Amino acid sequence: MVEFATAMLAIAAAFVIFAVVALYRVFAGPTIHDRVIAVNVAGTNTVIAIALVAAAFEESVFLDVALVYALLNFLLSIAFSKFNVEHGGVL
Amino acid sequence: MTPVEWAIVGLALLGAFFGAVAAIGIVRMPDVYTRAHAASKSDTLGAVLTIAAVAFALESGLSTVKAVFLVVFMFITNPTAAHAIARAAEDQGIEPWTTEEER
Repeated sequence: MVEFATAMLAIAAAFVIFAVVALYRVFAGPTIHDRVIAVNVAGTNTVIAIALVAAAFEESVFLDVALVYALLNFLLSIAFSKFNVEHGGVL
Repeated sequence: MTPVEWAIVGLALLGAFFGAVAAIGIVRMPDVYTRAHAASKSDTLGAVLTIAAVAFALESGLSTVKAVFLVVFMFITNPTAAHAIARAAEDQGIEPWTTEEER
């Protein structure tokens, strides 16, 4: 019989492993866009892992961390794609 | 574990399955557009399912509201980011992958 918190932590560990697998594309990607997409996926998986840790320990403070991390992740993707098109003409 | 907790773990496992699909798609797909496809759709669905499980798991009202905000935010921003990156790649003149290129 498994504990509920243990199951949630195991799923969080699985998401960390998926983020590490996506980091392969950051190193191997032929274009900069492949790398940005892979960093975006790794960040999304990090947000999910933080939320699962919040559910496992019943600490709602971690959800604030996950919200801020999701905002920064979105800002990173938008800023990088904008920067690549106009070579920093806008930013 | 209670039956409700089993249901929550099942929802999170379904999300983990879609997260695995997104990771495999990021590694195995042939060009940037197909990788953006895998990243935007599978990873968004995995995030929404898993954070919905977190919203059901947390007891108090405020943290459930926070988790629902996170779900809505993920559902809007994740495809938007992938679309912006794919549009930037198209603007830079990266050709989509075709089967003739393989031969």
